[in-house]
This record gives sequence, structure tokens and C-alpha cells, in this order.
Amino acid sequence: MISNASRFTRRATLGGLGAALALPYVKPSFAQSAPIKVGVLHSLSGTMAISETALRDTVLMMVEYANSKGGVLGRRLEAVVVDPASNWPLFAEKARELLAVHKVDVTFGCWTSVSRKSVLPVFEELNGLLFYPVQYEGEEESKNIFYTGAAPNQQAIPAVEYLMSKDGGEAKRIALLGTDYVYPRTTNRILRGFLKSKGIADADIMEEYTPFGHSDWQGIVARVKRFAGEGKKTAIVSTINGDANVPFYRELGNQGIKAEDIPCVAFSVGEEELAGIDTKPLVGHLAAWNYFMSTPGKPNEEFKALWQSYIKNPKRVTNDPMEATYTGFRMWMQAAEKAKSTAVAAVTPALIGQKLMAPCGYEEEMLANHHLSKPVLIGEIQADGQITTVWKTPDAVKAENWSTYIPENANRRR
Amino acid sequence: MEKLIAGLLLLLVLALPARAQDAFTTALPGLAGGFSEAAAAVEQLGASADPRALPVLRAMAEGRLQKTPEGALRVPQGDGFVDPATGQPADAAGAETVRLNNRVRQALRGALGQLQIISPDAGERLAAAEGVFRSRSAANVPLLEAALAKETVPRIREQMELALAASQLVGTEAEGKRSAIARLGSAGTTEARALLIEARIANPDMATAIDVSLAAIEQTLAIRRAAETLFQGLSLGSVLLLAALGLAVTFGVMGVINMAHGEFVMLGAYATFMVQEACRGIPWLAPWSLPLAVPAAFLLAAAAGAILERGLIRHLYGRPLETLLMTFGVGMILQQAVRSIFGAQNREVTSPAWMQGTMMLPGGIAVTQNRMWIIVFGIAVLLLVIAAIRYTRFGLEMRAVVQNRRIAATMGIRTGRVDALTFAFGSGIAGMAGVALSQIDNVSPNLGTGYIIDSFMVVVFGGVGSLAGTLVGALTLGVVNKVLEPYAGAVLAKVFVLVAIMLFIQRRPRGLFALKGRAAES
Amino acid sequence: MSASLAAPAPAGAGRMTLRLVLIGAMLVLAMLPVLNRLPPDSALHVSDFIVSITGKWITYAILALAIDLAWGYAGILSLGHGAFFALGGYAIGMHLMRLIGPRGVYGHPTLPDFMVFLGYRELPWYWLGFEHFPFAILMAMAVPGLLAGVVGYLAFRSRITGVYLSIITQAMTYALMLAFFRNDMGFGGNNGFTDFKELLGMPLNTPSARSTLFYASLLLLLGSLWVCGRVTRSKLGRVLVAIRDAESRTRFLGYDVTQHKLFVFVLSAMIAGLAGALYVPQVGIINPGEFSPGNSIEAVIWVAVGGRGTLVGALLGAFSVNALKTWLTTVAPDLWLFALGGLFVAVTLFLPRGLIGLFQKERR
Repeated sequence: MISNASRFTRRATLGGLGAALALPYVKPSFAQSAPIKVGVLHSLSGTMAISETALRDTVLMMVEYANSKGGVLGRRLEAVVVDPASNWPLFAEKARELLAVHKVDVTFGCWTSVSRKSVLPVFEELNGLLFYPVQYEGEEESKNIFYTGAAPNQQAIPAVEYLMSKDGGEAKRIALLGTDYVYPRTTNRILRGFLKSKGIADADIMEEYTPFGHSDWQGIVARVKRFAGEGKKTAIVSTINGDANVPFYRELGNQGIKAEDIPCVAFSVGEEELAGIDTKPLVGHLAAWNYFMSTPGKPNEEFKALWQSYIKNPKRVTNDPMEATYTGFRMWMQAAEKAKSTAVAAVTPALIGQKLMAPCGYEEEMLANHHLSKPVLIGEIQADGQITTVWKTPDAVKAENWSTYIPENANRRR
Repeated sequence: MEKLIAGLLLLLVLALPARAQDAFTTALPGLAGGFSEAAAAVEQLGASADPRALPVLRAMAEGRLQKTPEGALRVPQGDGFVDPATGQPADAAGAETVRLNNRVRQALRGALGQLQIISPDAGERLAAAEGVFRSRSAANVPLLEAALAKETVPRIREQMELALAASQLVGTEAEGKRSAIARLGSAGTTEARALLIEARIANPDMATAIDVSLAAIEQTLAIRRAAETLFQGLSLGSVLLLAALGLAVTFGVMGVINMAHGEFVMLGAYATFMVQEACRGIPWLAPWSLPLAVPAAFLLAAAAGAILERGLIRHLYGRPLETLLMTFGVGMILQQAVRSIFGAQNREVTSPAWMQGTMMLPGGIAVTQNRMWIIVFGIAVLLLVIAAIRYTRFGLEMRAVVQNRRIAATMGIRTGRVDALTFAFGSGIAGMAGVALSQIDNVSPNLGTGYIIDSFMVVVFGGVGSLAGTLVGALTLGVVNKVLEPYAGAVLAKVFVLVAIMLFIQRRPRGLFALKGRAAES
Repeated sequence: MSASLAAPAPAGAGRMTLRLVLIGAMLVLAMLPVLNRLPPDSALHVSDFIVSITGKWITYAILALAIDLAWGYAGILSLGHGAFFALGGYAIGMHLMRLIGPRGVYGHPTLPDFMVFLGYRELPWYWLGFEHFPFAILMAMAVPGLLAGVVGYLAFRSRITGVYLSIITQAMTYALMLAFFRNDMGFGGNNGFTDFKELLGMPLNTPSARSTLFYASLLLLLGSLWVCGRVTRSKLGRVLVAIRDAESRTRFLGYDVTQHKLFVFVLSAMIAGLAGALYVPQVGIINPGEFSPGNSIEAVIWVAVGGRGTLVGALLGAFSVNALKTWLTTVAPDLWLFALGGLFVAVTLFLPRGLIGLFQKERR
């Protein structure tokens, strides 16, 4: 056991070597200067692998992309991939390893909020730089993290506004279904506050939580049907996470809940999740995101082409967190060029105010609160598993990571 | 003067059909407009009762209606396209599909209902009556009355009566409303209840009549709800049964703790995926891919089981705890292997048409088709296992080896071969469970992890070595879980069940159906 | 139960060498935080990362020791020891959350952030007292001990042994995991507890706090070794081995099997709880994932890999498997599960006595 510890530095070098092997394509022109290290902190095994492996591939694609463009500051990029295995303490350990042993310049990683909360103290202590690409509940701000996914005001509230509009079906009763963890809890709390401000009574809101990976939705879907049978137009707002969505949608389809009668808008269902289901019975159900693969425009065409050629599969789909990873990576490249350094202290201020014409078709800007301005798109699920936009905001919306619908935010420490 | 009046009248008469045509031609271009414009146009076309509107709206609802960059509509017909305004073949270069949203879809359902309610096709009339029922507009009353007068099929009549009642309820005529309230009260559905609750707010003067109807509906619904909860419990129970049956053989009969059991279930689900992919290219075979997947999943999982038994487990007989740990390692390897081969993402396994949607049992109890078939499948697999053990040579040898290995060997039974076959058999059953699970759960490398503990609990609760115990155990757990769920929530219900089993086992360590005699002592 | 396969305690010279190796290893471990203080360019410098990760492994080793005490000596294979570890972690986690005080995001004087957020008005009763460190440490032992006492009493009284006991303890940790995942339990749901600030007045996330926790863990490891050593070498220990190898026979000889097993099970759970209490401040997070059945099985496998029935074996297994895991998840992020799974299979097949068996063979 002693030898394990003292030999560790050598192992770490081996680790770097392993990462270099993962990216064998090295341009000789970079040979002089030391490469810039990009940490990749996404689960490749365990429950979250289903979502996170695509993000690992996106980061690797961006590293290759940056190198093909001559690198950053003339230096070659090198990815260091680790597997935190969907284990939250392991996330913290791997974050420390990336920062302390591999001395990465920037890290892209995490999907769940708990993984982010687990690594946050490590990034703050060792002054690292993390790009977090998934929509989340807000209520957080760290000088070492840039959040490139949506805050609640960029997803949840516009989606519910849409449901209550004439086009969305003028819903008067809302069923809030979610997986029992912090993102759905917070989002639903914000939505409750919002619905109350719109004059919807508590009796017209149903809230139900299920564990992760819940697979038996019979009872809950039947209860929603009953809830809808008490008069007034009803809609479902789903914050159901990951794996549980496939059985949920299957049950929805089989119990004959049609989008015309009870539309269901989801915040965590993207093209990747839909790839596992036959979407024909689900046509018309909604998803609210900041990017859809079907978004028209040149930036998205380029992004999709880049992805499909990298992954060597013309059928692989893109999704919102992948787009957020891409946008974050490009912004970091721009900021490093602007700051003429990859040091965290130099890149962080340079990142604020960075703009990019993102694949979602809007110009996004990194705001002072470390979040992006993003458009909100509401899309309908199509028979081919794609989502097409039926409503969108005219401009990119500024992120409010501290929601005004949570009263406690008034006396938060700044 | 008279001539003038006569002339005007003539003009008017001439203009009438022209105006009727106008309603069609004026509304038509609206379909190519924005969502609210399109919805309005659809409503106008539905109200026009113009037969030419039907093919256009049908094409639109099915997502076939095209619009050219200039905004002209094109309906596909045969190999080409026609212009719905003229009915003539037309060019559709650069055209794209007219997009819908839920509002347009809702309008389409109502409009198609209005247009098809006099269709010669019975199925279309039924769907139309349902569409009109949901669109609930007082304007539909004459239409429905006319349709009802001609209708002879009882099932369609019933649906039309309900649609009429729904339309009358939002109308102005008090007499119609009263009969509607009574009619809806006898329907006993949640939809009828929703209509009545809304009507109660709008018509305070009829509150007592509505309350009577509502009470009648509540009563029907309460019975139905109980029946549906029972079905849900049986369905969950059948899933547990399927997942646990294989374990009942490998653990119950052989005493082998296989922590990789869940992974065999997962292999079965992936076998289903592969069979479906292979069938995709052959149209006549595609609907039968699921039945075909059953033997494929059995064979794949059985082969994996046989390899595992011969290669590894054989060396650890008599050391159940080590077997447990080793198979945990095997499970890790299998999961990662599947992840490497198929990717971490979910794989799409489609349900054949006969497994989709809801089925009405007598008494208006709605059950989902896929769950219904899984219950049937679970029972079939159980019977298969019982038959294999009771009536085949292999089953006889298996029982002999379980009862007394040495005597069985002296009787000429090759015990090693029987061990391998038994384990392969149990694994194969797990594979078949995977076929069923692919219809309700994710086909992902983690599929098996979610079922392993539940399966062990079912086997231990039911009584190790007893198939009847496994059946009763699985169904009891399923039903108890579903009965508790509405009160305690999905998570607590499960926690309660787990704690209850733990307490039960300490009362009866050998489970519900304890084996008696010498076998129990080993 | 089957016949004994675990090794008899190595005797004579072998035992002496083992002890020397153990003492040497402990000394090297104790040196790590000191070497960490050397200038970074020094050849002997040990990085912060290694200190923090070794500190974590020490707590794992204590957990392995606890499992070995129950499994290796008394034949109680618990697949729920992760639950005791996690409960201890939650106890100290509650203390750490209370210490955050008004420094939380919402600045509430007593309620932790997640409670403010979920709309709690006051602290639930079961959170009272956790602001005191001694109480929290007491609870880190008492709660796992109590749970082990209840579960053990019910199980051992009904003579549930072998795999049945394993399955029941597995169900126990699974049920606890599901329960703790619920936000309504008042333990922070899936996010658990994070963002700790200080412990006993020293700010966490500093090298000095890390070395203090490191030494505390090392002390606990030595203490647990001593306690386990005393237990196993006493008459009680011999009765336990007798129970492991022939439970019915021991019972017929007049020993109270239930009480013996219960004692060792509760002791083992309390050690595991303390290990968890030291683990949490070092990794900075506690979440219901710690209750997951897979974690408990993994911990049992450390013991199997190292060699059950010898206390050194448990330590060796915990350190070697975790070091391997840390190394492989970086070197081969896509393949490490094959390697680790393969190791588990190979060890159970070819090294029934674990790695320690290798040394024992050489001695003979």
C-alpha cells in the first residue's frame, strides 16, 4: 500500500499518457510548446453514462476541432479523460486529480447538480475553471464555474406561459411530475410561485415525485388522467430525469393521453432520450430547450456536420447539452485568445461579455453572473424523433440564476 | 319592378351555391398560414360541410399536406400532387410539409369529426363522434341529431349520444341540457365527469341535477379504479415474476447466487433489439419480430449462462458467498461489454401495433395492451418452467440431482451436464424476461440493475425452491405496492414493502412456501 | 454453512513478518502529511492529492476491517455495511451542516440551505443536538449500532444465516437508499450535504485540515485494529470462529450464538459508522448514493481480494483495490470495469484466501 502512494506520481504521468493515446492525432507544428490540457469530467459508466458519454465525445470533438484550427494561442490542446463513474465523491476526487495532478487549464464536465455541488469546493480551493453544460435549478454562482445551460427563467417559465397561451391550449390545471431531486423540486417551486401570480389556485396544481430510474408509471399516469377529469384544460409539466422518461412516455402513449387533450412539456427530454422510443404516439407533446437539432441556420449545420463526421455516424443526434458544451468551448477559446493566456485568473474576466453565434441560431453572450443569455424554444415532438420549434422568444433571454419567484432569494448573502 | 325583384331573386339563388363554394375556397389558403390562422381555417372548413375539404384536412392531419414556397397548397395523390383549390394535378417543387401544433390538431379533430360523421365507414364514424365529443360546440347539435337518426350500430350510437349530450350541455336550450346531464351521468367516464364539473359552474340553477349525475359517475369510477389498481398490481407482479423466475431456478433449485442475473435480463432485451433490427428490412416479418425475439433471447442468455456455469461457477459449488461476489464481477464485465458494443445510449425497441394503446375490458375497465400481454407472457413462461421441470427428462434429472447428487450420479445421470443445463435454463428465462422488459423499460446497459434486488426479495419471500411461492410472492408484492402507492407515494410504498418482507422473513425464514423435509435442511 | 476455507491465523515467523510489514506501512502512512510539507521540487514531496486520497482510503480500510470482523471471523456476510458507513457519514454531515450557520447562501441562522429552500420553518426534531461535535460522533456510532442491533437481533434470533442474511442486509441498505433519496426525509435528498465550511473550528479544504483528518483516520485505523485484534484473539474471538465454521455445533455446546453474533455485528457496524464519520469531511459530500447496494458489495470485495479472516488482509484489499480503481479510471476510463470485474472473478477463483494467501504460501 505504501508503494501505491509513492508511485502515484508515476502513475499520474501514465494517466496523461493514456489520455494522449485517446487522441493520437498530433500535428507536428505544435511540437515546441507544452500542450494546453483540457479536463473531461463526465461519467462513462454507471447510471449517468447514458447521458454523459455523448458530452465526453463532444469535448473530444472540440479538442480536435481546435487543433485543426491551429490550437489556442498557437498551442496544441490535449484532453485528459477520467471516469467518475456516476459516483459523487469520486467526482470530487477526480476533479482534484485533474487540477492537482494533471494541472488542466480548463475542465468540461458534470451533468447532475449533485456532481457539480460535489466538485464545486474543489474547483474553488484549487482555483480551477469548470464549464457546466446542463440546464439546472439555479440558486448558485461560483467564480470558478461557468454555466452554459439554461437557468429556470430560460426554460421553465416561458414553457408554462406557452401552455397557458391560446396556442398552447390555454391550460388552467397543471400536473407537475418530477424525479425527486433538487432540480425538479426547485423548478416546481418556482413554477408554483409563477402560477400563483397568474391566479391559479393550489387545488389546480398537482405535484408528484418519483425516484430515479422509476419504471412503473401506471399509477401516476392514471392519477394524472383522473386529475384532468376534474374539469378545466390540463397540462403536464415534466421534470422527469434521464432513464425514467422512456417508460413514462410509453405509458403516456399506451394510456392514450394525446397531446391535444393533455399536452406534456418536458425540460429534460431531448433528442438523445427520444432516440430510445417510438415517438409516433407522442407527436405533439412538447419540450422546452434552448436548442433543437432541427434548428435551421448555418451555425447549426456546421455543428451537426462537425459532430456527425467526428462520431462517424450520419444518424447520431445532437442535443441541447451538447450544444451548450460546444458554445462554452468556443467561448473559452475566444476568451483565451483575448486574454493571451489560459490562466484561470486571466481567462475568467475575458470570458464575461464573450459573444458567439450559437447553433441555436441566436447570438449568445456570457453574462457577469457566469450564465449565458439564451433563446427559449418550445418544440413539438415529431414522429421521426426530432423536435421542431413551434414557439420561440424574439431575442436571447438573460439568465436569472437567482429566481425572483423564490422569496428567500431576497435575503441571500451576496 | 317585378322583373327586377325576380331578377334579384334569381341572382340570389344563383349566388347561394357559389357562396357555399366560396366558404371552401376562401378558407383554404388559411391552412398555409400561421398556427392561429390555420386553426381558424380548419374550423371554417369543418363547418362548411363541403366534401372537398375532407381529403385536404385528412392529408393535413396525417402530415402529408404540402405547401409551396409561394404558399399554395398541394395534396399528394398517387405519385403526384393536386392543387386542392382546383382539383387539378399541380407541381409541388420545393414544397414542404404544413406544420401543426396542438391547437391546429385540436381543430382538425373537430373538423374531421364534423365531416366524417356521415361517412359510410363505421370506424370513421366512431372516430368522428369521438372527435365531435371532444370539440364540444353547440353548433354541432343539428349535425349530430341528423347523424343519430340514421345510425344503426349501437356502439357508434352511444358515442354519438354522448357527443350530442356534450354539445347540448354548452348550448342554450334548457331542455337539451337536462337530458344531456342525465345522459352523461349514465356514461360513467372521467370525460363525462369533467364536462359536468365545468357545467356545474356555468349553470348554478341545475346544480342538483348535475350532482346526482356526478354521484352516479363517482360510484362507477370507484369500482373501476379498484379494478384498475388491481390490474396495475398484477402487471407489476408479472414483471417481478418474470424477473424472478430465472432466479427461482438458479438460486432456488441450485442454490447459486447469481448477481449477474440482472445482466442476463439485459442481454435478453438487447437480443430483442438485435432481432428487431434484423427484421426491419423485411416488411412481412417486422410485426413478428417480438415473438421471434423470445427464442433468440432465451438462447443468447442460456448460452451466456452455460458459459458462466462451466467456466466459472462450477469451481465454486458449495461456496455460495464467493459465487455471489464473483458473479458481481461478471455483472460489471457484462455491463461494460454491452456498453462498449452498443453504446451507453438507450436502444429503440418498438412495440408492435397489437401491443400499443388501451384495451377496454367489460365494465369499461381500461387496461394497456402491452401490460396485458406481459401478464399473459409471464403466466406462459411460468407454465413452461413448470412443464419443463415436471414432464421432461431434463426436469426429472434436475430434480434427482437436487434431491441427492450422489445417488443421481450412481444412477447414471451426468450431474455436471445437468448443472450446466439447469443454470442455462434459468439464465434463458431471465433472457425471456428481458424481451418483456424491453417493452416497458429502457434498453440500456443498466437495465438489469433495477430488478436484481426485487427479484431476490420475491424468491426469498415466496420460499426458495418453490415456483408457486415465486408466483404468489411476485403477485402479492406487486399488488401491495400498487395499493399503497397512492397513499404513501411510489418511494415510500417500496420502502414499506421492503421492510415488511424483512420482518416477514424473520418470522418465517424459509418464506411463504417453505420446503419441508430433508431438502430444507441442506 | 460450508466448511471453513479461510486461513488459520498465520503462525510463528510468518506472523512476525506480517506484523513488521504492518508497522512499517503505518509509519510510511504517518509520514505522508509530513512529506507533503516539503517544498514541491523536493524528490520526496508528496502532493496534496495523494494526502487527500490516502486519507479517504484509510477510512475505506477501516470499513473493510469492520466487514472482515463480521465476515472473516463470525461468518456474517453483511451486504449492507455501506449503510452503517453512510449513517455515520450522515451524522457528521448533519454536524457540518449545522456549523455552516448563517454562512449559507440564504443566510438563515439555523436552517441549512436546502431546508430554507424546501420551505422548512424550523429544524426537524431529529436534527437537534447535532450542533455539538461530541453528540454527532456519539450518533455516528449509536445510530449504526442501533440499526445493526435491531436487524441483527431479528435475524440471528430466527437463525437467518448465510446468503439469506446477505440478501436481507442488502434489502436494508436498498430501502435506506430509497428513503434517503426522498427530499421529504429532511436529509437533503439526492444532493445530500455539501459545501462544508469547518470542523472543530478549523476550516476544511486546507492542507492543515487535511493532515489533521488524515491523522485522525490513521488513529482510528490503529484503534480499530487494536480492538479487532483484542476481540479476535480473546476467547470470544475463538467462539466466533467456531460459530463461523459450525454454528449448530457451537450452539449445542452451550454457547449463546445469537448474543455472540449480535455483539460482533453491532461492534462492526459502530466501527463502520465511525469510518463514515471521518470519510465525509475528507470527501466533502454525503449523499444517498453511499447507501447503494453496489457500494456495500464493493467493500466486501475489498476484503475478499485482500484475504478475509486476517485483519491485515482487509487493509491490503481496501488499499490495493481502491488504488487500482483510482488509477484505472484515469488511465483506461472505458475499460476499467473489465479490469476490476476481471480481478474480482480471478481472486475468488484462484485466490480463495485473497492476496494475503500469496504471502502465506511463500512462508510454508
